[in-house]
Amino acid sequence: MSFSLERHTVSTRDWIPLLQSVKQDGGRLGALWASDQPRAVHALLVVHAGLLQLDLPLTGVEYPDASTAFPAAVRMQRAIRDLHGLRSGQDERPWLVHGDAPYAFVQVEGDGVHEIPVGPVHAGIIEPGHFRFSVVGERVLRLEQRLGYVHKGIERRFESMSLAEGARLAGRVSGDSTVAYAWAYAMALERAAEATAPPRALWLRALLLERERIANHLGDLGYLGNDGGLAFGLAQFSRLKEDLLRLNARLFGHRFLMDRIVPGGASVDIDRAAADAIVEEVERLEEEVLALRAIYYDHPGLQDRCINCGRLAPSLAAELGVVGVAARASGIAIDARVFPGFAPYEELAPALCAHRNGDVASRIVVRFEEIFESLRLQRRLLASLPQGEARTTFEDPHEGASGVGWVEGWRGEIFVALEVGPAGTVRRCHPHDPSWQNWPALEHAVLGNIVPDFPLINKSFNLSYSGADL
Amino acid sequence: MHKIVLRMVHAGIVTEPARAPDPALRALSQRLETLALERLGRALAVRHVDAGSCNGCELEIHALGNPYYNLEGLGMKFVASPRHADLLLVTGPVSRNMEQALLRTYAAVPEPKLVVAVGDCGCTGGIFGESYASRGRVSNVLPVDVAVPGCPPQPAAILQAILTAVTSARRSSPASP
Repeated sequence: MSFSLERHTVSTRDWIPLLQSVKQDGGRLGALWASDQPRAVHALLVVHAGLLQLDLPLTGVEYPDASTAFPAAVRMQRAIRDLHGLRSGQDERPWLVHGDAPYAFVQVEGDGVHEIPVGPVHAGIIEPGHFRFSVVGERVLRLEQRLGYVHKGIERRFESMSLAEGARLAGRVSGDSTVAYAWAYAMALERAAEATAPPRALWLRALLLERERIANHLGDLGYLGNDGGLAFGLAQFSRLKEDLLRLNARLFGHRFLMDRIVPGGASVDIDRAAADAIVEEVERLEEEVLALRAIYYDHPGLQDRCINCGRLAPSLAAELGVVGVAARASGIAIDARVFPGFAPYEELAPALCAHRNGDVASRIVVRFEEIFESLRLQRRLLASLPQGEARTTFEDPHEGASGVGWVEGWRGEIFVALEVGPAGTVRRCHPHDPSWQNWPALEHAVLGNIVPDFPLINKSFNLSYSGADL
Repeated sequence: MHKIVLRMVHAGIVTEPARAPDPALRALSQRLETLALERLGRALAVRHVDAGSCNGCELEIHALGNPYYNLEGLGMKFVASPRHADLLLVTGPVSRNMEQALLRTYAAVPEPKLVVAVGDCGCTGGIFGESYASRGRVSNVLPVDVAVPGCPPQPAAILQAILTAVTSARRSSPASP
């Protein structure tokens, strides 16, 4: 129980003034979602003391526009309109439930302006979404994203599930962050049940979370090298990532560690030999990644592509409420492992890795630094692994109990807000991906850049479609 | 530059040789290469479509391109356009929002076209099932030749599914070159 959660019911009259005062005090919007029974909108805010949840009960279908305080609310409110029929904000175009009507993109007009429509089926092996570029020559004047293509009804799906089944679904909101989601869900459920996972389980969870971070950062660094014209980087980093996934499969039975974090603890444990194998891997990765970092930092072609490319200024990043790697690369010091910290991170003193240029190069630097930090954390975790059980059981929380999980995944912070229904079922679950906050920032980061740099800029953010399409 | 070359020498060639610890995979790959060459006279062109996946299957399809599996060395390549493709690799339950895009992509693939549905979701709808937002399994929307289960299926299993699709297609059209 390492962060506090204060919860208040507020009226529509107080909604905007409260959000604005939170913002003035340096708070930010973590998540915004709605529920049907009873009809309400919920805002999760990150404030100095921890988390503040504001519940806004509604009798009608209209509520005040939170984007006047937090711009990141725009798409969340559009999603709420599609999923619950509750209306707010100026933009009435559908977001998650597309329907058949044509979509009205914002038109940019002027001499020589033309549009490049891309997607939803992209040229590579990536998730589907539509990007509408308005350009003059090669220069991007405007990018408008249309997402929601992989909306598959996750939140409604939760509502037909037992609490245990919900844990599996949470681990599939965004497959690349399965560990972080599974932990956030387990944390939310344990808080609702006023239960705690045993110390050994917490250490194991952190070990798995850091392995997920390293695997994804290795993959991203490879593709960033590739998109910058250094195919050598992709070959090397994808080899290192595969090695790590194979060790995951050998030690934990799953390459991406799905379903290894469960409510009550972890479904896996490690012995001396497994710990030795990880330490050996840590040593090898430190040596290899150091050598590759020297090559990346030394390579004039790559530097030319990455420095000052896709810049997101710190002030803009703050205004947009950007989180995770993208925030830290734009000089914003947020990392849920550091603040508020959650067990076992308080005892590990994780370092926050940041940069202030906000460009592609900065997002590369942050990933390199975070790999080294995660490798160090793995060593610390293994050296101080508590004895005891890796899993405990607890009784299902009573109907109406609720809890929030907050975990720093490799991409950024993930929230799971869970409300328990009768007889051990899920009444309402909102899993919140950092991509909600960061997708709009990509529209800004690409402005003034040339079209061929978009893949590189996009990859440097590497946002989840599934995570925010739900 | 010398640092890059030194690193390459240091890493060596990791592509798994015939006597590697995973001989099943290797046999499979060699058969794929032979079949693709026999059937097409060139590499098998694959177009991936994410029709609603959680992106877990995409991680494994990406892994197929790493030096261990060395897909392109085995007579298979991913192409950017469905018009260049022999085979569609479809992941996810098919979301309602992707149904039309998937059908259009399928229509753009020249005959004879093969479809491999990837992962538990592609096979059955998986944990997402059918709902207001999901059409469930890929075969609810498209004719599917081969479906490979797994959450996500490992790279070797995806490779095996592609091989199976190519093999069955060969049987159904014996006059192919």
